[in-house]
Amino acid sequence: MRVRVKFSKYSIMKFIGHLDVMRYFQKAIRRAGIDIAYSEGISPHMIMSFAQPLGVGLTSDAEYMDIEVRTPIASREAIDRLNRVGVEGITVTEWKQIPQDKASKAMTLVAAADYQLRFRKGYAPKLDWQSNISHFQAQKSIPALKKTKKGEKEIDIRPLIYDMHVNAGTVYLQLSAGSEANLKPELVMDTYLATLGITPEPFSYEIHRAELYADIGREGKRKLVPLGALGHDVEAAVIRNDGHNDSHDDCNNDNCSDRHNDSCDDGHSDNCDDRRDVTCEERA
Amino acid sequence: MRKLALPDEILLSIEKPARYIGGEVNAVMKDKESVDIRFCMCFPDVYEIGMSHLGIQILYDMFNRRSDVWCERVYSPWVDLDKVMREQHIPLFALESQDPVKEFDFLGITLQYEMCYTNILQILDLSGIPLSAARRGEDCPIVIGGGPCAYNPEPIAEFFDLFYIGEGETVYDPLLDLYKECRQNGVSRRDFLRRASRIPGIYVPSLYETTYREDGTIASFAPIEEGVPAVVEKQVEMDVTNAPYPESPVVPYIKVTQDRVVLEIQRGCIRGCRFCQAGMLYRPTRERSLEILKQHAERMLKHTGHEEISLSSLSSSDYSDLAGIVNYLIDEFQNQNINICLPSLRIDAFSLDVMSKVQDIKKSSLTFAPEAGSQRMRNVINKGLTEEDILVGASQAFHGGWNKVKLYFMLGLPLEEEEDRKDIAHLAEKIATTYYDEIPKEARAGKCQITVSTSFFVPKPFTPFQWARMYTPGDYLGFAKTVNHEIKAMKNQKSIRYNWHQADETVLEGIFARGDRRVAKAIRIAYEHGALFDAWTEYWNYERWVDAFAEAGLDMDFYTLRERSEDEIFPWDFIRIGVTKKFLWREWQRAHEREVTPNCRVRCSGCGAASYGGGVCLEKK
Repeated sequence: MRVRVKFSKYSIMKFIGHLDVMRYFQKAIRRAGIDIAYSEGISPHMIMSFAQPLGVGLTSDAEYMDIEVRTPIASREAIDRLNRVGVEGITVTEWKQIPQDKASKAMTLVAAADYQLRFRKGYAPKLDWQSNISHFQAQKSIPALKKTKKGEKEIDIRPLIYDMHVNAGTVYLQLSAGSEANLKPELVMDTYLATLGITPEPFSYEIHRAELYADIGREGKRKLVPLGALGHDVEAAVIRNDGHNDSHDDCNNDNCSDRHNDSCDDGHSDNCDDRRDVTCEERA
Repeated sequence: MRKLALPDEILLSIEKPARYIGGEVNAVMKDKESVDIRFCMCFPDVYEIGMSHLGIQILYDMFNRRSDVWCERVYSPWVDLDKVMREQHIPLFALESQDPVKEFDFLGITLQYEMCYTNILQILDLSGIPLSAARRGEDCPIVIGGGPCAYNPEPIAEFFDLFYIGEGETVYDPLLDLYKECRQNGVSRRDFLRRASRIPGIYVPSLYETTYREDGTIASFAPIEEGVPAVVEKQVEMDVTNAPYPESPVVPYIKVTQDRVVLEIQRGCIRGCRFCQAGMLYRPTRERSLEILKQHAERMLKHTGHEEISLSSLSSSDYSDLAGIVNYLIDEFQNQNINICLPSLRIDAFSLDVMSKVQDIKKSSLTFAPEAGSQRMRNVINKGLTEEDILVGASQAFHGGWNKVKLYFMLGLPLEEEEDRKDIAHLAEKIATTYYDEIPKEARAGKCQITVSTSFFVPKPFTPFQWARMYTPGDYLGFAKTVNHEIKAMKNQKSIRYNWHQADETVLEGIFARGDRRVAKAIRIAYEHGALFDAWTEYWNYERWVDAFAEAGLDMDFYTLRERSEDEIFPWDFIRIGVTKKFLWREWQRAHEREVTPNCRVRCSGCGAASYGGGVCLEKK
């Protein structure tokens, strides 16, 4: 079963880089006794991929990772188990079953992101920096210098800004995201402030990612939905009654035949990792 | 939410901010108002090294089991943060509470290797604690040292209030209880130290005095007050099976050197290699029961989520039920995708069989540690490994599919001659020849790769070689050159790679290992001139040390180039480790006769460790 996990990252965890967050989840999944699937080969690794890495220093309410589990677990229980073995600064908020096909991968789907940006205490410019934002956004094109691996490149960021407004000192941004056209909120803000003749000091901004979206619009019309909305909750009742559910069709694990057949369906026992695929055994 | 000691601007502008934020899985948080004693445990090196150390995890767990103690951790700030903290006058803080170290009751520093000594001064300095124990007031934590380097604490004695000699599991409770009592009754720092000195295993350097002869050697070493013991007895945990063991060790966010569950299967070693300090310090050898090891392995994996487990001991092959523990780990955990590491195994049919189950043979290499190239020298050092053992092991390994072999040797051993050094090359050549002779061309996966590494021998206290002389950096490099030259002359030289260590660092390590109280002055001067992270090649500066010794008026050669006589008083003679000086001297004589001494299970050699009344000494034969 493929599952999309949504989590928040805040407090001290904002200092933990993307690869270490991945290591964190690998260990948390083991501690929680979640029966995750592994890749084949000499050194198997957990099947796990992240929607869009978050930079160090940013907080987020909308981090997504897709994993593949061998034993279905109800959403509520999986969230509980992961948070019980977790740390302050990472909270799992969603566990949704998603379709198995490649095109449904979070990484492929990311199209836009919501950000909230404000000035770190003591870093806000002295002069009025807020009133010009709507004017800035109303321009036809906004040239900006984007840092690339080779150096700097001038691009037009206007088409990549879907929304930008300010409320009580917080700038709300909806920007294009993903592998094709990713726009960083700090670049938008730097470019805007430059039009006012302001060059912010390093570490001026506190940036929070509020949501990540897929674009399900057709014929060039944008229709953004949160990545989590593309899946559905796994109900405890479904697992208990059928012992399997629909996404299990492609179970190809050759160890299936020697799995245990005891389904400990109280859902809270420490031995839950003994609860292996009943489905697989039936099929084998 | 915890408030961090460092602001975001600093954390975001230094390397790896995760080193300084704490809050890891299994880190212990308590209410500081509800405990009586706050203990800050320090490993004086960077986080990734310090977090890999089992000993700290054991003590951290043990202290935090007490409801009246909160034990936290601190590591050396890396050079980038060190600079910022000095510029902005930010005091060093503990990871859990983020409170300044200076507010703690104890600062415990583990002494795992000599080259960390300047880092100790950094920790004290950044904490705002005077470097000299003598200048510390009632507002300073009690600074306590422990670990292998505490067996000759003299070069750093000036910087510590107390040393704990022995294994941490034993007398910490009495020490903490005494501290609590003293504080409740308003007893002064000085009086607390005086009373602590009476606890077995506790050494209070300020209560002892050394006098020197004209030739620079020690004339006397004695307590300066009545009631302070003249001899400090090593403390040993005799019941390792039931001793506390951390079933929920702290799990770091960033990758550290030892990023796995560590299962200490036994303490001590029966072998008695004459160069090996650990082999003498941790006598008598004591094994943990198989049952408790299984329990620890299962719980630690569950509580950490680590994907790897490693055995730990000085010589795993000597554990009496090695097959039992190894097979358990394989049967229980391999199908859960847990990697199993089996270090320090002797290469034989059994170990090759289990290693083929847990490693990818094509990628991994096998390690032999003959330590010396010739049989003559292996007898001198009492390494009971013959050339036949090595060649048979290598042959079995080659037939088993391995073609990478690592060989570890030491250079600069006592009684070593030119021919012995050349024999290192000859042994590597014989192993290569074994491969090409025994493995037919079509069965080979390319050339065999033999990596020869040499380190320079440093004589350590409480070993039979504690009387030995050392050499100059130039001499050491000459030894390495001989080996290199000889390897280049071998027929299969293209299959052999050679690495050697830095020579001048060896000299400093030697001085710190066997130095006396006067050496502290040079350490302080070197630190004041910028020495830090001396164990890190990129920060190592030999000239700075040469200058520091000159400025301190100390002769480096006095500590290194001199062979000691039988009657010389060593700086560490006041410590009793069970193994007697008489036994060590006898072993030193036997080394000269190239006599091999059998291991503890073959025959007891009367080293003195039996006085602890347990372990291998009382095993049924």
